[in-house]
Amino acid sequence: MSTTSHNLAAPGTPGRVCGTTGLHVCFDAQRFIKLNAVSGIVFLLLGGIAALLLALTRWQTVHLLPVDWFYRILTFHGLNMLIFWILFFEVAILYFACTTPLNARLYSRKVAWLSFTLMIVGALMTDYIILKGQADVMMTSYLPLLAHPVFYLGIILMAVGTLIGVFNFFATLYVAKRDKAYTGSMPIVTFGALAAAIIAVVTLLHGAVVMIPTFTYSMGWTAEPDPIWYRLIWWGLGHQSQQVNVCAMVSVWYLLTHIVLGSRPVNEAVCRSAFVLYILFINLASAHHLLVDPAVGATWKIWNTSYAMYLAVLASMVHGFTVPAGAEIAMREKGYTSGIFGWVTALPWKNPAFSGTALSVVIFGFLGGITGVTLGTQQINIIAHNTLRIPGHFHVTVVGGTTLAFMALAYYVIPLIFQRDFIWRGLARVQPWLFGLGITLLAFGMSFAGSMGVSRRSYDIDAQGVYGPAAHLWLGVLGVGGVLAFLSLLIFVVLCVGTLFFGKKIEGRPMADWGTPPALAGSTPGSLAHDHYATKGTMVLTLVFLACFVVYYFANWKALADVWPVR
Amino acid sequence: MSLRPLTAPWFHGPAGHEKIWLGCAILWCFVMSLMMPYWHFRGKQNSTGEAYTVKPADFLARTEKFVAANRVGTYKHPGNALLGEVPIVEPPPGGDVYLIGRMWQWYPALRLRQGETYRIHLSALDLQHGFSLQPLNMNFQAVPGYDHVLTLTPTSKGEFTIVCNEFCGIGHSSMTGKIFVE
Repeated sequence: MSTTSHNLAAPGTPGRVCGTTGLHVCFDAQRFIKLNAVSGIVFLLLGGIAALLLALTRWQTVHLLPVDWFYRILTFHGLNMLIFWILFFEVAILYFACTTPLNARLYSRKVAWLSFTLMIVGALMTDYIILKGQADVMMTSYLPLLAHPVFYLGIILMAVGTLIGVFNFFATLYVAKRDKAYTGSMPIVTFGALAAAIIAVVTLLHGAVVMIPTFTYSMGWTAEPDPIWYRLIWWGLGHQSQQVNVCAMVSVWYLLTHIVLGSRPVNEAVCRSAFVLYILFINLASAHHLLVDPAVGATWKIWNTSYAMYLAVLASMVHGFTVPAGAEIAMREKGYTSGIFGWVTALPWKNPAFSGTALSVVIFGFLGGITGVTLGTQQINIIAHNTLRIPGHFHVTVVGGTTLAFMALAYYVIPLIFQRDFIWRGLARVQPWLFGLGITLLAFGMSFAGSMGVSRRSYDIDAQGVYGPAAHLWLGVLGVGGVLAFLSLLIFVVLCVGTLFFGKKIEGRPMADWGTPPALAGSTPGSLAHDHYATKGTMVLTLVFLACFVVYYFANWKALADVWPVR
Repeated sequence: MSLRPLTAPWFHGPAGHEKIWLGCAILWCFVMSLMMPYWHFRGKQNSTGEAYTVKPADFLARTEKFVAANRVGTYKHPGNALLGEVPIVEPPPGGDVYLIGRMWQWYPALRLRQGETYRIHLSALDLQHGFSLQPLNMNFQAVPGYDHVLTLTPTSKGEFTIVCNEFCGIGHSSMTGKIFVE
């Protein structure tokens, strides 16, 4: 068979067989997974250093940065974390999801180079112009605030590069199907990645629609776009890009619970339908950034937040059940059957990929999900808009959820793709816990300070003369949480980079086991495949989750009812 | 298998615990969806987004006219040089009120009466600003080119501070305004 086939199992195809999983790995995909993942981690470090500086400035007692650098670093932090780190890592995930699980070769090396080059040039341009002090406009760059044209051009190049990477992903799926690299339906990890890729296309098109006229305006070629129009379209980019993250994160949950525990989705049809709900309904949820805006009416706001947004919420609530349920069934089939929660205590909590995944599920669901839906309620947004409650919410979704899940993934990506065992494995086992703790403290600090009216993106809270000692205390909690999370992030980066240079090579042998629960004597794999009442523990956990949700939701309506009547 | 293609038929409807959870989740999403229209009829705090396009210069002219007609004093913020002096304005109960956000002050200061309802016209002249009424913590967006009308009824007395909570440049964190309710 010739090497033109995209079937990875064909002889002569540039690939290898993984010594741990027995799966085929495409060399082209492997190279670009490495490049994109390493670039992502570099931008994570840059964004992380910025995060530390910001936490130490909003911690009012420390108040580290001067005012101009605070806003500059805040802009830098937002773009490096929310855009650069996450998009680079997601492209790496896409390249993995379309090759190894489908037994397929990456469609094109040239396209992958083009994508990577545009992304890296765009990211560096944007970072350069921000640090030069010519783009102090925050990540949202709301008009009439105006940055140097290089700022918009960098973002456009980054977006186009990503779009090209996404194209490579779609093309790989197509040729894999055409060349019959696999038979049957694609696995859920690839399906989730496909959902993420589809949303990414819609997202990046919104980005083009809003960023190109803003760029031409900044060059003086066209008139100023309307600021409300800008907000509406920008959030088609800004909000949806976070849903790309959610899709990628949920795929990583399915992937890692499968690798570590042997989980399978409890119901493929339900899990996949939930991904489809994300694709269909998330764009409308962008409206919840405009809930207290002029010029968009109440009916528009309600329709776009409730009907459509809650179908995307439903999707997350489905994954929030099926992921732990899959883990529970896998554990019970291995023989950990005692009581309702016997399987929970037997989980491999010292495996950093597992603890990272579990913390990601809990932090994303209990903290990020509940706060997000509540703050995005049309009227409740009145007591939350632009306060620190908002970053308090998205730091537990994007950071405690997505970033932590991606970190967890790295504990397998580096041994399996870079083929080196981790250095300092004891430290790695602590890292996700420290990160989860830090981010949770940070988010609590932000959320409570925000409830007391402290605004986001503000250098100082003393000039206004309205915030008391409690608000200062919560900003201190924010600061401590930020420092802990940064320490953990630094440990993560040192572990990853150190492993790339000094990790023990593992070519041809299985990677060192992080710890997976062994099947007990007398247990049968697949024995619970048809038992639909085997997930008692998950049922209890999700009902506790729902109870927390209901209490928090109605507590916020009560808080809203206490402020002045307004319409 | 989460990582290998599925070859056996996999399309099954939800059953058992999964079906129960799905039912709970759908019900809850439904409740949340109904809460918002319900609050528009029975609740008192809503953001209707009533707004009109206006040129910033026109809005400034309307505001100056409103200030000239209703001025009752001058407010000097203790220790805030950026705010400077602003007129205190007492609009007639039930009347129109104009409030400007600009780098870096809210203009003018307002004196309102408890229990009366006012139509507050909120706009920005230069950049976007955030109207954040403290310590109540009520937040609305002020956007240049848009006259955002808030029909507001103060129900508590005292001195309230308007903080800016949309980034508007270097003086952003000291941008404040005042509402006194008697």
